[in-house]
Amino acid sequence: MRPATCRFTMDTMITVENLTKRYGDYVALDDVSFTSKPGRVTGFLGPNGAGKSTTMRIIAGLTPATSGTATVCGSSYRDIHNPATEVGVLLDASAQHAGRTGAEILRLSAMTLGVGRTRVDEMLEMVSLTAEESRRRVRNYSLGMRQRLGIANALLGDPQILILDEPANGLDPAGIHWMRTLLRDYADRGGTVLLSSHLLHEIEIIADDLVVIGQGRIVAQGTKEELLAGNGTRVRSLDDDALLQAMTAAGIVARPVIEGGFLADVAPEDIGRLAARIQIPLVELRPGDGANLEQMFLDLTAATAREGSATQGAPQ
Amino acid sequence: MTTTATPPAVLDTGRPGIPMSRLIRVEMRKLVDTRAGFWLMASIGLIALAVMIGMLAGNRNKPENLTFGDFFGLMNIPTAIILPVMAILLVTGEWSQRTALTTFAMEPRRERVVIAKLATSFIAAVSAVALSLVLGAVGAVIAGMLYSDTAGSWSMTLAGIVNSFTIQIFNLLLGFAFAALILNTPGAIVGYFALPTALSIVNELLPAFKDSVGEWIDSSLTQAPFQSGDWVSGGEWMRLIVSGIVWIGIPLTFGILRILRTEIK
Repeated sequence: MRPATCRFTMDTMITVENLTKRYGDYVALDDVSFTSKPGRVTGFLGPNGAGKSTTMRIIAGLTPATSGTATVCGSSYRDIHNPATEVGVLLDASAQHAGRTGAEILRLSAMTLGVGRTRVDEMLEMVSLTAEESRRRVRNYSLGMRQRLGIANALLGDPQILILDEPANGLDPAGIHWMRTLLRDYADRGGTVLLSSHLLHEIEIIADDLVVIGQGRIVAQGTKEELLAGNGTRVRSLDDDALLQAMTAAGIVARPVIEGGFLADVAPEDIGRLAARIQIPLVELRPGDGANLEQMFLDLTAATAREGSATQGAPQ
Repeated sequence: MTTTATPPAVLDTGRPGIPMSRLIRVEMRKLVDTRAGFWLMASIGLIALAVMIGMLAGNRNKPENLTFGDFFGLMNIPTAIILPVMAILLVTGEWSQRTALTTFAMEPRRERVVIAKLATSFIAAVSAVALSLVLGAVGAVIAGMLYSDTAGSWSMTLAGIVNSFTIQIFNLLLGFAFAALILNTPGAIVGYFALPTALSIVNELLPAFKDSVGEWIDSSLTQAPFQSGDWVSGGEWMRLIVSGIVWIGIPLTFGILRILRTEIK
């Protein structure tokens, strides 16, 4: 990556502040704020229709916000000259002229940005599209191939920031692995990545920081470790009844879990000491699962789904 | 990463943007880099060629109909249909194929893309008229060789060329304006071709309308004087300009505003 204009000077590359977007009475985004930092992959997670794409389009200057601001490198996207050399954007891999070949799409972008033709071949190689595939028309591309082409297009101008909307859609497991490696490398070299997904598992693999959105509102944000860290301790022993009694006596709140054993609200070492003292052999002792985020995400998804069916069934 | 302290700075907004010449070259390339686009452009030349051959064959017994001006005039008729369609596709294609998403992400100053597209349409129109002139000349030379001296006359007025070119640009802009306003390929094409017919019917049914407003706003009436090889009068120019304001100026203004403000999805 070439020395760029703001990478050494700013600790947040994408700043979204109090973004609100209304379509008539419908509130698509409600006071959304978050940042994306250099050297990190920020995962933008939310169910379908939560407002991820709208937010990304506002950042890229394609959708006007009702209120609030979104800046890239401290500037509004529209004020950046030749912005694709600073910010690589992939908002919809299918939004390409079906009658153009993959290579032609990259050539058009290369011409616009003013980068050489050799860069097109480099990018095709980087995303593993063969010369033969690049000469095919995009209407004959699978979604996975379109995503690769879209990522090549986003990287064409050698940007220091990448904004990718659902880039893993349509990629096979090998493709997802490839993308994870690519984005990890990119972030390790100082790049900033903001990518969205509606799949918790997918984003868990790739992201360092998480921003969770539901129904237009940010419901959680922080590092992946913070958000995925489960509270408490999972413990299972050869005599769970006795263990529960001892824990209750020690003032530890523990609730049974389906797979057996308990989830206790203290650190693993506290349970370990207690078990040693009362001499109950443990068969499992570890920090609790990241149940919080998963549960929260499920609730979000379910809430949206319920609302959808309620609207359908209810008489107006 | 460097450890020396760098003064806090925002992005250098003074760095070079995308020059207009590059945007125009990109738009010119978009005209021909798909099969549909390529054949649409190629058809301008191919049809002109077919017109030339047809005229040479069909006027064996009337070589006086094979002047340079005749060739040029007839070749301009199919061109006048194709150029507006090309202009429409250049605009609406970005929406129907959803490439606007990438186009405007690369150049967020959308007005510059619109200007590049207008310039591209203009260059295409000039090239098409120039091609008609060249093929018309070739036709005249061949006619002169094949037939008597009466064929292949080079008589052609400057007024004829200016008139043809004016009509081409007028219709091209009309198509462009409808495309910008409607942002949908079938809608813009139907609107473009249905408008003159609709106005003609109204003029037909309401002679009072035709005599008062119709003759100023019916673009097929205002264009009629420009079909000749003579200079048109000032009044005829005025009518063309008025119909241009109504059918080009107004939709183009609203269309461009729409393009600048609309949400790109």
